Amino acid sequence: MIKLTVNGQPFSVDVEPGMPLLWVIRDVLHLTGTKYGCGMAQCGACTVHLNGDAVRSCVTPVKRAENQTVTTIEGLSPNSTHPLQQAWIAEDVPQCGYCQSGQIMAAAVLLKENPNPTDQDIDDAMSGNICRCGTYQRVRKAIHHAAELQKQGGAQ
Amino acid sequence: MKTGWYNHIRPGNITLCATAITLALTLAATLGFKNDDDKYKSWDNIKAVTARDSLLSANAFMQVYKVLMSPRCMNCHPSGDIPLNGDDNHLHPQGVKRGPDGKGVYALKCTNCHQKQNTPGLNMPPGTTEEWHLPPSNMKMVFQGKTAHELAEQLKDTKQNGGKSPHDMLEHVKTDLVKWGWNPGEGRSTPPLPYAEFVKQWNQWINSGAVAPASGEKLAR
Amino acid sequence: MSNNTISRRNFLQTSGTLTGGLLISFFIPAAAKKLGEMPTGNTMFAPNAYLNVLPDNNIKIVLSHVEMGQGVWTTLPMLIAEELDCDWNKVIVEHAPPGQPFVHTVYGLQITGGSSSTWSEFERYRNAGATARALLVQAAAQKLNVDPASCKTENGFVIAGDKRISYGELTEAASKLPPPANVQLKDKKDWNYLGKPTKRLDAKAKVNGQASFGMDVHFPGMLTAVVAHSPVFGGTVKSFDATAAKAIKGVREVVKIPTGVAVIADHFWAAKQGRDALKIEWNNGAGESFGTISQFDSYKKLATQRGTSAGKAGDVETALPKTKKQINATYEFPYLAHAPMEPLNCTVKLSGNSCEIWTGTQMPGVDQTAAATILGFKPEQVKMNIQFLGGGFGRRATPASDFVSEAVQVAKASSGKFTKLVWSREDDIRGGYYRPAFLHQVNIGIGDDGMPAAWKHTLVGQSIVAGTPFQGLIKDGVDGTSVEGVNDSPYLESIPNYNIELHSPNTPVSVLWWRSVGHTHTAFVMETLIDELAHSAGKDPVEYRRSLLKSKRHLNVLNLVAEKAGWNNPLPAGRYRGVAVHESFASYVAQVAEISIEKGQLKVHRVVCAIDCGLAVNPEGVRAQMESGIIFGLTAVLYGEIFLDKGRVKQRNFHDYKILRMNETPVIEVHIADSNEKMGGAGEPGTPPIAPAIANAIFAATGKRVRKLPLQAADLTKA
Repeated sequence: MIKLTVNGQPFSVDVEPGMPLLWVIRDVLHLTGTKYGCGMAQCGACTVHLNGDAVRSCVTPVKRAENQTVTTIEGLSPNSTHPLQQAWIAEDVPQCGYCQSGQIMAAAVLLKENPNPTDQDIDDAMSGNICRCGTYQRVRKAIHHAAELQKQGGAQ
Repeated sequence: MKTGWYNHIRPGNITLCATAITLALTLAATLGFKNDDDKYKSWDNIKAVTARDSLLSANAFMQVYKVLMSPRCMNCHPSGDIPLNGDDNHLHPQGVKRGPDGKGVYALKCTNCHQKQNTPGLNMPPGTTEEWHLPPSNMKMVFQGKTAHELAEQLKDTKQNGGKSPHDMLEHVKTDLVKWGWNPGEGRSTPPLPYAEFVKQWNQWINSGAVAPASGEKLAR
Repeated sequence: MSNNTISRRNFLQTSGTLTGGLLISFFIPAAAKKLGEMPTGNTMFAPNAYLNVLPDNNIKIVLSHVEMGQGVWTTLPMLIAEELDCDWNKVIVEHAPPGQPFVHTVYGLQITGGSSSTWSEFERYRNAGATARALLVQAAAQKLNVDPASCKTENGFVIAGDKRISYGELTEAASKLPPPANVQLKDKKDWNYLGKPTKRLDAKAKVNGQASFGMDVHFPGMLTAVVAHSPVFGGTVKSFDATAAKAIKGVREVVKIPTGVAVIADHFWAAKQGRDALKIEWNNGAGESFGTISQFDSYKKLATQRGTSAGKAGDVETALPKTKKQINATYEFPYLAHAPMEPLNCTVKLSGNSCEIWTGTQMPGVDQTAAATILGFKPEQVKMNIQFLGGGFGRRATPASDFVSEAVQVAKASSGKFTKLVWSREDDIRGGYYRPAFLHQVNIGIGDDGMPAAWKHTLVGQSIVAGTPFQGLIKDGVDGTSVEGVNDSPYLESIPNYNIELHSPNTPVSVLWWRSVGHTHTAFVMETLIDELAHSAGKDPVEYRRSLLKSKRHLNVLNLVAEKAGWNNPLPAGRYRGVAVHESFASYVAQVAEISIEKGQLKVHRVVCAIDCGLAVNPEGVRAQMESGIIFGLTAVLYGEIFLDKGRVKQRNFHDYKILRMNETPVIEVHIADSNEKMGGAGEPGTPPIAPAIANAIFAATGKRVRKLPLQAADLTKA
């Protein structure tokens, strides 16, 4: 049994310690907002927060999350009101939407560590997340937008 | 399209003859020294006494150099702020950057993908018990593009080697991060010398005077 | 966690109840005769198609096309909302199951593709909205005892004088009225939605993890399957040993299916580990001798032989040798994988005489029939639940229903009969259904005026539709998707002698439409050659195109893009420009790319794009699709290549089948031409021009022509 906290809720899961956190989240806890895209830390669709860092859950053994705190897209805000979520909607970012959970979770760490990111900062933070629909320009715009919202006292 | 550029490392001036001499003299030379703490506190104390020591040390470094310039070591000691990948030393994809502490930045920190062990499978992120990282930005410890002479000088310059004394350097090669080079995960080549041989040559280099080989060919970037 | 599961199950059940218990169902003609060429021969009225006005004032709109990123979840509802005058905030959208009412108004089968959703539904969906509105007005008029003509509608209310009645209150009465024979559609000047930038209705669900893709389907009792496929196209299983696979915790069952060996487990991770632990001996078959290098060698030989005529004018054979200057060029294009972000998947539940399927597909009806055929069922015994598609780009419109068929085979062979088939990324990259590899051999004779006097063009590449149920699309031996963009090129009007021929050799590799289909390679060839001709004539590339093009819409977008990009303004040192203009899917797109090359690295700084798609129903959606198409095309230029050796695909995942990233993304500016011309598509037409625009900019920088994609390091050094 491995104990971990996901989105504020404690869980015990009976799985192999080497099982990637991604599949524990998706196939055991059935939180499906976190996506499988490549399974080798190439695309970032599986990004979740582990103790506040944007880890690639597809290569993170669940053992690493034992007794630790995990946040998924479902737990980012209570009602889709994180500045990034608001900005994503306002800038019409998603297309197919499959990569966007990972994009937002990656961007959340950027904004937390750098409330005023430049375009270069956005490149440095977000180039690990692939979007096949090519929404990058809107992701960039939405991050700037979210930074503004955050300054105006948005959530987080 | 291939975006990486290619550095084929060919350490020059290494002859079979030199190697043979080095190997033959290694044992005798090591026995001649005592690892007393004081001596190994400062690089000033590390000097080749005899011409033979000097040759021994320089030749040992040429062996060490081959290892340091191998992809497993050099890829995390890049000249730029982007780590390298693969035996062709291409730039790490995903826009990964060194960051101030060498641990990456924002959502692209090294340990976001690199675990405490190699992730099984081809082309999967490697890892070891020590946190995966590059040298920090104020102490980049660049290997890439350095000649044997330059690299040897850098390794014993505490302003460039992270403040490491000869003692620290002797210890450094025992770390899991260095040892990882010989257990790099599926599909990756290992350095050209066996680990034990590398350690032996490393000790030999320091013990017989930490001599920088004569300025040699400036290798590619 | 079980809560989550239970609520989803409840939703699936209660939605059926909702549908049956509705107070109003509008009856809409199955196929609008105006656009349809389908010989339906009936005037069937289908209940619940497209639109339900619910008693709680919510408006449920059912999509005959699927949402895969292109924005129909928003655009099609806009068409209804415009005519219905409903409250946009009360619009609920869902995907249609397979069914006659949802058949494409032009293509005659239920399909999302060909960049056709908006224009093909423009009449049908507006009619649905207008019909509903007319009934609601009539019901209100009766209730208030006023003349319907004195009523107006606004934001979900019928208004007569100082009286307002919500649509929800009128549903019951309206549902008892006969539908009007004819409805008047709004005049363009009265539009509130159409032509106005409108935010996506699916955005919220896609930023909080709620959007349900095929991959996200889960039910108690469902197991996950991962299949070992032959490493060589066309290979079959000779024998296998599942001992090691079965020893993995969570693996329940290993079964042989026609396309390989399936490992069925509690979850994906166990199934994938089990799959990787299988020991399989394959009969590789003839596919093993196939490789990219020998393929292009044979294509080159074929190109010297006479092919099937795909277009002809004048007498090339006589005219060509008479010209003093000539261009002879051979172009090569590799196989390309679609690589949608959501790997392919399909969930199948079998019970007695019924089958239920959950998947994201561009052709629900075709997949339904394929499933029924495997099971010996009638199509109506197969219930399809269409999820959001995590990208399609053509890959989820397989005439052979490859992944749905495989999922049905797995469920059929399993003991639990309830499995979710998931392809790993490796399965996707190596799984075929690629954009076919193509070779073009072009010989151009240049007249004394610098204009092309003779144009001999031979294309070699596998047909997408040959051997599929869509084989009928091959006309006179020519698969139109192989030559589109060449044999309908607007430049042909100005070329007195041309001869276009096609060879369609078969290969062991399966091929498919890939975002913008034939235009992916034909636009590159045509637009780089026109650029080459311009330079040969000593003319500016935009000016040269103007002198050749007679098509007004091509010229309009070319002029628009030249103006917006500042084509005549000097660039900073080290920056270079290239231009391309191309029509596809009835939309006209021109792009100017600005690049630099530093240390052998290409950087695309800026792309300016102009499109004439006729009316842009949702300009924001059109802009997004141009941005998307440009990035998709750039990925192909820089990285896209599926290479085969000994029948095996070399690439495997995103590390060696690279996708453009944030730090490589140019600034993209999209300008939509104000146009009253015939409507075209938006999903695909943004892709074709970017590759030639980049190649033409590279020529400006290096003096070298790019003849092969993706770009090679040597393309980026000076001549």
